[in-house]
Amino acid sequence: MKIGVFVCHCGENISSTVDCLRVADLCKSYSGVEYSVDYKYMCSDPGQKLIKEAIHKYDLDAIVVGSCSPHMHERTFRNAAVSAGINPFMVEIANLREHCSWVHDEIEASTRKAIELMRMAIEKVKRDKPLTKINVPVTKRVLVIGGGIAGIQAALDTANAGYEVVLVEKEPSIGGHMSQLSETFPTLDCSQCILTPRMVEVHQHPRIKLMTYSEVERVEGFIGNFKVTIRKKARHINEENCSGCGLCITKCPIKKKAYNSFEEDLAFRPAVYVPFPQAIPNIPVIDETVCTYYKTGKCGMCLKVCDREAIDFGQKDTIHVADVGAIIVATGYKLYNIEKKSEDSIYKGYGEYGYGKYRDILDGLQFERIASASGPTSGEIKRPSDGRVPKKLAFIQCVGSRDDSKGISYCSKICCMYTAKQAMLYRHKVHDGEAYIFYMDIRAGGKMYEEFVRRAIEEDKVKYIRGRVSRIYEENGKYIVKGEDTIAGMPVEIDADMVVLATAMIPQDDAGSLARKIGIPYDKYGFFNEAHPKLRPVESTTAGIFLAGACQSPKDIPESVSMASAAASKAIILFANDTLEREPVVAKVNEDICAGCFYCMKVCPFGAVEVKDVKDMNGIVYKEVAYINQGVCQGCGTCTATCLSKSIELAGFNNEEIFAEIAAL
Amino acid sequence: MRYGYFPGCSLTSSAKEYDISLRKVTDKLGITFEEINDWSCCGATSAHVTNHKLSAALAMRNIMLAGQQGLDNIIAPCAACYNRLIISQNEVKNHSGIRKETEDLLSVKFEKDLKIINILELFLKSGLNKITEKRKRELSGVKAACYYGCLLVRPAAITKFDDAEQPESMEKIVEATGAYAVDWNYKTECCGAAHSISRRDIVIDLSKKIIDDAIAHGANVLVVACPMCHTNLDMRQRAMKRKYPEHKNFPVLYLTELIGLSLGMDEKDLGIDLHYSNFKYADTLMNNSAKG
Repeated sequence: MKIGVFVCHCGENISSTVDCLRVADLCKSYSGVEYSVDYKYMCSDPGQKLIKEAIHKYDLDAIVVGSCSPHMHERTFRNAAVSAGINPFMVEIANLREHCSWVHDEIEASTRKAIELMRMAIEKVKRDKPLTKINVPVTKRVLVIGGGIAGIQAALDTANAGYEVVLVEKEPSIGGHMSQLSETFPTLDCSQCILTPRMVEVHQHPRIKLMTYSEVERVEGFIGNFKVTIRKKARHINEENCSGCGLCITKCPIKKKAYNSFEEDLAFRPAVYVPFPQAIPNIPVIDETVCTYYKTGKCGMCLKVCDREAIDFGQKDTIHVADVGAIIVATGYKLYNIEKKSEDSIYKGYGEYGYGKYRDILDGLQFERIASASGPTSGEIKRPSDGRVPKKLAFIQCVGSRDDSKGISYCSKICCMYTAKQAMLYRHKVHDGEAYIFYMDIRAGGKMYEEFVRRAIEEDKVKYIRGRVSRIYEENGKYIVKGEDTIAGMPVEIDADMVVLATAMIPQDDAGSLARKIGIPYDKYGFFNEAHPKLRPVESTTAGIFLAGACQSPKDIPESVSMASAAASKAIILFANDTLEREPVVAKVNEDICAGCFYCMKVCPFGAVEVKDVKDMNGIVYKEVAYINQGVCQGCGTCTATCLSKSIELAGFNNEEIFAEIAAL
Repeated sequence: MRYGYFPGCSLTSSAKEYDISLRKVTDKLGITFEEINDWSCCGATSAHVTNHKLSAALAMRNIMLAGQQGLDNIIAPCAACYNRLIISQNEVKNHSGIRKETEDLLSVKFEKDLKIINILELFLKSGLNKITEKRKRELSGVKAACYYGCLLVRPAAITKFDDAEQPESMEKIVEATGAYAVDWNYKTECCGAAHSISRRDIVIDLSKKIIDDAIAHGANVLVVACPMCHTNLDMRQRAMKRKYPEHKNFPVLYLTELIGLSLGMDEKDLGIDLHYSNFKYADTLMNNSAKG
C-alpha cells in the first residue's frame, strides 16, 4: 500500500505551535508512506490540487491529512480523493488543530503530539477498507407536527411542490398562537385576517391530510422511511356527519365549568365547543371532563338537537399509521407562567408580582385576547376583575427572560416588539389612558421594527422607563408597580389599573417527551437543537427531521414562516431523488459468533437492531441472531462496545483499525 | 442535638424584651439551649461596610466558639445577627481564600459545620403543635400582620429558608397561637433599618407605610422578629405622630411575645412593658377577642 501524507498549516492556526515541516519530514520515514508534504492551506483549491496530483504521480492507495477537525473538512478531502480515483473511506484525518495546536502553546511538545496523531492515522489508514455508500428508497410524503403558522406554511409549501403532507395538530383546530393575536407588528394588520385564508387553504388542499386533535405517539424508521403512529383523540363527534352548524354548542347547558383556553382562561366555554369561530376544521369537541353525560349519564342535550346524528358519546381514540420520508417539527411555544413553581422546576415564579393572584396582571397573550375584536371584551380594553377601562397601564418586559435567577438566561426576542404594539393599541383605544413600559434594553432588530418602536414613543406617547420592577401589590383597586428608573437614577412608583407582563417564551410542556419519541436532541429548556447554529439552522441532527418556528428558539411570525419554508424546501430537496445515499459507516453482525443475547438491541438509541432467524439447510430455524438495519443504523458504535462476544463491527472503525491506532501511540 | 444561643448585642440592650420573652417561651415549650460562652458582636452593619475580613472574622469567631462548646446549631433571634452569621459561614465554606484568611486571623481551623437558624426555623423545627397544645389564652381576635423585614429570609440563595418574596413561615407560627394572620403587602419591605439614627425622616416614612398597610388590611397588631425593625416600628411612632398628627399608636409585638401571650403569660413577665408605645396588649387583644 502506498500512502500519501499531507500536513496543513491552516494559515498559522496549526503552524504557530506545530512545526509542520518537521511533521511532514518525519512521516516520510514511516513504512508505507510514499509521499509526504506540508502546505499552508490544504483545503484551498491549490491545496486540493496538490493532493490530487500526488495521488496520480505516486500512484497512492490511501491518504492521511493532518488538518482541522474532520467535522470541518473531511468531506472536502474525501471529495478530492474521489476525483483522483481513491475510495473516500481510504482518507483519514488527523486533527492537528482542535486536538493539538489550539489547545497547546509549547512548540516542541505540540509538534511531538502532532507526530503521534499522524502515526495513529497512518496505522489506521493501512487497515482501512474501501466502502461503498448505501442506497435506501424514499417515501415522498411529509409529516408536519404542529398546525401553527410555521406548520401551516411548511405543509402548504411541501404540498404545493407536489408532495403529500400529513399535518398533525394536538388542538381541535389549526391556527396556533397566531390565531389568538389581535394585530401584528410592525404593520398593525389583523392577525386572523392574514392567517385564516391560509388555514382554509390547508383544509381544502387535495394533498394535505389534516389530523387535528391528534398526537404523534411513535416514530420508527429513518430518513426517507419513517413509520409514524398517530393517536386521533376522540372528539365524540362524527366528523363525516357534522356540518358545523353549532347548534350543540349553543344548546349545551354547561356554560361556566371550563375555562376557554383559546381566550387564555379569560372566558368560559361549554362542554361541547370549537376553540374559536374560524376554527379549521369547524367540528366541535365534547370535553369529557365537564360534560354532564359522562358524569351522570343524563343530559344528552346535544344528542337531541343534532339532526345529523353527529354526536357519538361512545367514540374512542383511533390509531393511525403513516409512512413518511421526512418530518417537519413545528410545535411552537408557550408563555412562562409567573405562578409559584415546584422545587424541581428550572423556572422560578414571581412572588414579587404576587404569583399570579391578581386578576388584572395579565400576560402578553391574555392582553392580545382583550385587545382582539373577537376576544372576550370584543376588543374593548377592560379589566378582567371589574370590567373597568384601565386609565393607566403598566407593561413589564423581560419577565422571566434574561434573568438567571428566574431560570432563563435567553432573550425571548419578540417581547420588545409586541409590548410596543400592545401599548400602541391601548393608546389607540383608550385616548386618555397612559401607557408605561418598563424595559431593560429595546431590541428592535428587523425591517421596520425600530421605526415601529419610535412611533410608539413619539406618536403614541408611550412612556418608556428603563429599569426593572421589584414589586407589584394591590392597594385600593390599583396595582402599585414599584421599580427603578435607571436613567434618572430614581425609584418609581406607578399606580396602574392593569399590568401586562411580557413573560418569556418557553417550549411546550411536552417538547421533551416529543423529542424523545422522534429522536431529536433538545436543550435544557426543551427547545429542539439545530444541526448547526449557522449553516444548518432548520435541520435537526437526525437526518430527515427538520425544524420550523418557535420550537427551536423564540421567534416572531416572519422568522417562523421563513424557517418553515426553508424546512419545506429541505424536505423537497430530499425528495428530488428516488433513493438516498447514506454513509456506509454502519454496524454489522458476524452471525457465526453472535450468541443472540440482544444486549445490542437494548442499547441501540435508534432501534436499528432486529431479530433474525438463522436456518439450516432444511430451512429449519436453529438460532436467532441480531441483525442491524443498515438504513436505520447511525454508526454510533454503542452496540460494538456493548457486544460481549465481539461479534459486531462498525465499518470504518473496526476493532483491528482502532487497536492499530492505539498500538501506534 | 444541642442548640446554641447567640443573643447578640440588641437582645441584651434595646431588645431586652425579645431575650426575656424568648427564654420564657422556650422554657415553657421545653426547648433547651445553651448560650455561647464569651460570645462577641456579630459585626452587624458596621463591620461589613468597613472591612470584609473583619466582618467574616467577627461572625466566625462566634461560630467557632459554639463548635468548641460542642453545640450543633446556633439560634440567632436577631435577624441581622442571623444574616451576618449565615453569610459569613457561607463565604468561608465556598471561598478557600476567605476561609484561610479567617482561620489565620482567629488561629483556628474550621471543622464543624454548624447550622445557623433564625427564630422562625426554631419554632417550626421544634413543632408548632407544642404551641397549640399549651395554649392558654384565646387569641382569635388578634389579626396579626407578620412582618419579615429584609434580612430574615434573604438572600434566598444562602438562607434557603422560606420564600423570599412571599414568605409564610411566620404566618404558620402565628396561626399556631390561635391568632389570625392577615394577607398584606408590606411583609418584606424595608423599615429603614440602621438609618434610624442618621436619616430619621426616611425611617419614619418607610415605617409608617408599613403600619398603614397593615391597618389597611385589617391587622390590629404587627408581629416582628427583628430588634431593628421593632425599634423603628415601635419607638419611632412618637416621631411619626409629630410628622403625621393623624397617626394612632399601633401595637408592635415580637413573635415570642405573641407566643408568650397565647401561652397565658403575663405582659410584664414577657417584658412587654419595655415597649415605647404604651399598650395593655393582653387587655386590648382580649377585648378584641371577646368582640370576635
